[in-house]
Amino acid sequence: MKKLKIGVLALQGAVSEHIEALERTMKKLGLKGKVLAVRKTEDLNEISGLVIPGGESTTINRLMLETKISEKIIELAGQGLPILATCAGAILLAKEGDEQIKKTGTILLGLLEMKILRNAFGRQVNSFETEIKIPELGKRPFRAVFIRAPAVEKVWGETKVWAKYKNKIIGAKKGNVLALTFHPELTSDLRIHEYFIKMAVDFPR
Amino acid sequence: MKITKKIVETKGTERLKRGFTKMQKGGVIMDVINAEQAKIAERAGAVAVMALERVPADIRAAGGVARMADPQKVVEIMETVTIPVMAKCRIGHFAEAQVLEALGVDMVDESEVLTPADEESHIDKKKFVVPFVCGARNLGEALRRIQEGAAMLRTKGEPGTGNIVEAVRHMKLVTREISALKKMSESQLRKKAKEYRVGFKLVKETKKLGRLPVVNFAAGGIATPADAALMMLMGADGIFVGSGIFKSASPEKYAKAIVEATLHYDNPKLVAEVSKGLGQAMPGLDIKKLPKDQLMQIRST
Repeated sequence: MKKLKIGVLALQGAVSEHIEALERTMKKLGLKGKVLAVRKTEDLNEISGLVIPGGESTTINRLMLETKISEKIIELAGQGLPILATCAGAILLAKEGDEQIKKTGTILLGLLEMKILRNAFGRQVNSFETEIKIPELGKRPFRAVFIRAPAVEKVWGETKVWAKYKNKIIGAKKGNVLALTFHPELTSDLRIHEYFIKMAVDFPR
Repeated sequence: MKITKKIVETKGTERLKRGFTKMQKGGVIMDVINAEQAKIAERAGAVAVMALERVPADIRAAGGVARMADPQKVVEIMETVTIPVMAKCRIGHFAEAQVLEALGVDMVDESEVLTPADEESHIDKKKFVVPFVCGARNLGEALRRIQEGAAMLRTKGEPGTGNIVEAVRHMKLVTREISALKKMSESQLRKKAKEYRVGFKLVKETKKLGRLPVVNFAAGGIATPADAALMMLMGADGIFVGSGIFKSASPEKYAKAIVEATLHYDNPKLVAEVSKGLGQAMPGLDIKKLPKDQLMQIRST
């Protein structure tokens, strides 16, 4: 069996948490392979899946542009590379942003047809965790951790709602690209990483 | 009758506090004294700003009692930038911390840069929803702060000096002390826990992890991109820059360069590239020549 290589964009943010979650998931699924920290455009060449982690979207965005890594991500996404983006990562995948995003001059990658709202639940003192239901993951609730989290105001085109909490969209998906506004890497529940790795296994490399 | 399960949202958990600090990893947190500086920091790619009345170099020069910043200033900064805003309170001054939490700051730094309010004990940080960061010079201090509820640590260094020597000392010491833990037996660990005045569980967890159980940044004396790279190479999770940016000849340039050096810390060519033509760094101080009563790092252990 060929070795699976998954990348985690390692410009800034919760990188090691995703790496650990992916490694645990691979082990659980009995898959051979490794998880790489992606910091240069060349690192993207051999991977079958990319995680864009949470962090500060303004910082990650600036470093993405500086390292010119964003162009390559857009290109690979077009070729079907599975992408999982969480929190700040989800912001960067959107086509449209709110006032905060415009004000900071953030340049979005535009991979998902959605409008995203930054800090939609408030500041850190309003950060919360709760149980949510995600149809794709079955009946058992998922512990979702929201940290200064964004929310999706609307989706259109081929982008579909993947998860909702109360009246807010907190997950959106279009084909190979999945964006979540919460942090699956901060819990021990591996179902979302498992879902993503199964997408990556199917990506031809 | 239809039974609807009430949705429970939990706030202020250890996971949320530590989770917030994990989002800051690999980033630079910059001291700012007004909205204009905060904007410069955000544009340069800072992951957060620390709002304070004066940068440490000016606090040092002014002497007297240094306190929490004017809430008006903190609010102005919060309204100006979209990144997290942190603010400092005096060690042990839980009323200042409550004020900062009420303002809605994203993190409180219980900081030795300000004049301590309580020389016996630190704030009981577990009582708060807002996460705290604290300084530490050694593993004992670090673990005591975690035990009190700190979600993040930083080296103390010697603030406002532009001199990296103390931050290096503190980072090395913590690393060395954790290495020593790794070789210890159960009974030796129990003795250490007693010596450090912390729970055995925390010492054992630290041994198992081989690192501090919370995010650990470098702070106190970082003045150049190479200083930031040095601390990252020594194992820091990120960087606090106090006076290093706004006491330099060109704050915009320094801010951007330190952000990039923090990302590319293990690539000397890139650190060299971003370090070119920045102009004068902040003025530095020889710590050996400072009178002992002017050292901030020895405040409250």
